[in-house]
Amino acid sequence: MSEMTKPLLEMKNVSKEYNGNPVLKDVSFTLKEGEVLGLVGENGAGKSTLMNILFGMDVIQQTGGYGGKVLIDGNEVKFASPLDALKTGIGMVHQEFSLLPGFTAAENILLNREPENKNVLSLVFGKRANTIDRKTLQKKAIDAITKLGVSLDPDMLVSEMPVGHKQFTEISREISKSSIRLLVLDEPTAVLSEKEAEMLLRAIKNLSAQGIAVIFITHRLQEILDVCNKVVVMRDGRIISELDAAKTSIDEMARLMVGREVGKGSTRSSEARPLSDKIVLSVRNLWVDMPGEVVKNVNLDVHQGEILGIGGLAGQGKIGIPNGIMGLYPAGGDVKLNGKPIQINNPRECLDASLAFVSEDRRGVGLLLDESLEWNISFPAMQIQNKFLKPYLGGLIKWRDQEAIKAVTEKYIKQLQIKCTSSKQKAKELSGGNQQKICLAKSFALEPKLLFVSEPTRGIDIGAKALVLQALKEYNKKNGVTIVMISSELEELRQCCDRIAIVTDGAVSGILPATAPSEEFGILMVGKTGKEAK
Amino acid sequence: MEKIKAILKSFGLPRLIIAGFLLLLFIIAPFVGIGVGNSITDTLARFGMNSIMVLAMVPMIHSGCGLNFGLPLGIISGLLGATLSIQTGVTGPLSFFLAILYSTPFAIVFGWGYGKLLNRVKGSEMMIATYVGFSSVAFMSIMWLILPYTSPTMVWGYSGSGLRTTISTDGFYSHVLKDFLQLNIGSLSISFGEILFFAIFAFIIWAFLHTKTGTAMTAVGSNPVFARASGINIDKQRTLSVIMSTWLGALGILCYQQGYGFIQLYQGPMYMAMPAVSAILIGGASVNKASIVNVIIGTILYQGIVTMTPSVMNNLIHTDMSEVLRIIVSNGMILYALTRKSGASR
Repeated sequence: MSEMTKPLLEMKNVSKEYNGNPVLKDVSFTLKEGEVLGLVGENGAGKSTLMNILFGMDVIQQTGGYGGKVLIDGNEVKFASPLDALKTGIGMVHQEFSLLPGFTAAENILLNREPENKNVLSLVFGKRANTIDRKTLQKKAIDAITKLGVSLDPDMLVSEMPVGHKQFTEISREISKSSIRLLVLDEPTAVLSEKEAEMLLRAIKNLSAQGIAVIFITHRLQEILDVCNKVVVMRDGRIISELDAAKTSIDEMARLMVGREVGKGSTRSSEARPLSDKIVLSVRNLWVDMPGEVVKNVNLDVHQGEILGIGGLAGQGKIGIPNGIMGLYPAGGDVKLNGKPIQINNPRECLDASLAFVSEDRRGVGLLLDESLEWNISFPAMQIQNKFLKPYLGGLIKWRDQEAIKAVTEKYIKQLQIKCTSSKQKAKELSGGNQQKICLAKSFALEPKLLFVSEPTRGIDIGAKALVLQALKEYNKKNGVTIVMISSELEELRQCCDRIAIVTDGAVSGILPATAPSEEFGILMVGKTGKEAK
Repeated sequence: MEKIKAILKSFGLPRLIIAGFLLLLFIIAPFVGIGVGNSITDTLARFGMNSIMVLAMVPMIHSGCGLNFGLPLGIISGLLGATLSIQTGVTGPLSFFLAILYSTPFAIVFGWGYGKLLNRVKGSEMMIATYVGFSSVAFMSIMWLILPYTSPTMVWGYSGSGLRTTISTDGFYSHVLKDFLQLNIGSLSISFGEILFFAIFAFIIWAFLHTKTGTAMTAVGSNPVFARASGINIDKQRTLSVIMSTWLGALGILCYQQGYGFIQLYQGPMYMAMPAVSAILIGGASVNKASIVNVIIGTILYQGIVTMTPSVMNNLIHTDMSEVLRIIVSNGMILYALTRKSGASR
């Protein structure tokens, strides 16, 4: 990082609007060679749009281009397509993988840029008949992987890789391009385990040492502090502040991101509440056949009015518990609500018994993406409890009561501070956090006695997270509804819950009060026998 | 200006082009010796005959079963009802109601079985439906010969058994709706009976989609997993929608027969699904979203083009190639409609 004379990338007063809605306003920053820039901001702050402009994505042209200038090496560029951006030496790794599952890592890394061998046929038929030079291919792939500084088997099929290795393959592909100078990583660590994330962060440092500039987008602020040289904080389409990563703190970034203080790390404000003696839900010998989250034998008692957290490492079966009880995956065992047995494997039975479930799979299970917010919020309550229906012809037919539906939707939009243009907006147009709030509103409208909430903060930003958790706490306090909350983030559970059960290998390995020190949870997570501990 | 743009956008460019083309045909028509009155009369008559079959697409689209390429199954229920009604010997308008009545149990039974089948092949409903239609037509081609019908108006004259390929509805229910509430102004004649008949059923479907069950059906089509998690029995909703579509198909063909004047058996129903499918697509529906407005606009546009193009072209180039043109136009429109991306919005 000696040559810091002229900036590699400079953005000058970049602005962008979608259908008259400004999403970027007057964004300017510079990036030098070998520098790592952390880009943080809440969902919808404009990070993705900014990167789409930089990368020349079609969506920008289709919606009327952008204002301002993008300069590379001091020359203005206007990319018509991502191909142009690639030629200039900009690589981007998106949140979704674009890999061929049946190909090896090496083949994926050099896809369509394979080294070729000439042969007799190719003399006649031209380049298309060249064969692939497997040796050089292998060598080039290994070069790229070494450059990245991770351990990755070039001969491994992508379909057999753990998620982290797929991410490394993607990044290796970008850096195997000889011209690469700037790499954009869009939330690369979101899908990684802690260990893999560490490897990736080290890889980023490696790249930066080799003179490749990196723009690193993430919600995990600690990672920013670990690898970045400087931090750009965005909010509502503006750059709020440019910070020196060495001199800032998570608190400062979080505060700038959301524009308000975010309570961090504190356990429940109300401290330990007395636990009711009454058991609402008792689960005995539950097994659930949910792919990737198999539950083997869960025994659990949920007390009246508490918030019970269920934590544990990914894949140990914590998510399987509510999905099994609510009948979304094949399950068996005894489940009793207030002493009455509930037929599992039947969503209707559970809903009739005043259970409700907010799924971790928002877009797949939780929402009618193509329908209005009104439909999303009112639908389960209408179907299960005959709410929001208006009788006509002396009760002969019952129609949807549009006014009641609108009223309830607007009530929840206000109560949960859902950002939307109207109650008729389609669910797919909302951002992740607001979609999650719709899912909550949907189950609140059912007025359940017991509410399962699975991964309520997955994929949503820090500000929305706090609001969602606050909404759950308030709902529990005001309405006395028992809540079972499943989350991968222990810290989050400790903020909200009274007790936390840890699930390991498909069974509950222990239940502790939320105030217990985190080491104890850690011990439970790695299993009583300690076989997972390394 | 913004408002006009928004309206145009919601109407959709493809429909605008087709509507413009239709308008152009109406403008050219008088210059090549076709009266505007006749043109409109023809178009409306075809609308009255076909609209209910287009309406038969709606329930299945709503429940996510895709386009009802198995419409021939519904048509066969209608044919069974029609032939049974004639077999009883009842004449006049009453025979029309009898035909509806007789076809209903068939439609329910066939629709139920068809629905069960479609529930087993989720994801490829439309292809399976096409073959359900084709194979049921083939099967019934045998049955029409074997079934012990005896009415002299229907059976082959020389053998005294087996149904004829074309049976006249004269004296039974020919033109029962068409001649009901007919308005004649010069060469223009509008049959309000047919339009009223369609309006009643369109209203029933529209009203149904506002009920709790109708809402559930739409949700099943929109996101089946969501519906299941909300306690909806997906298979039941889908079966119900298929039964409704099949019954509307039966009703649709009876309506068609009364306007056309003939019952067509054997290979008759084979390709009946295609015009209905392309009509609703042109009307702006997509594979999982459709509304009554889509049905009305689509049927008018499709039938308008299919009626007008051959007659105008024939008169322009003075050769009879109406059938060729009709095939090109109608299949071309299906191809076009299926490739277009944007769907309807509610």
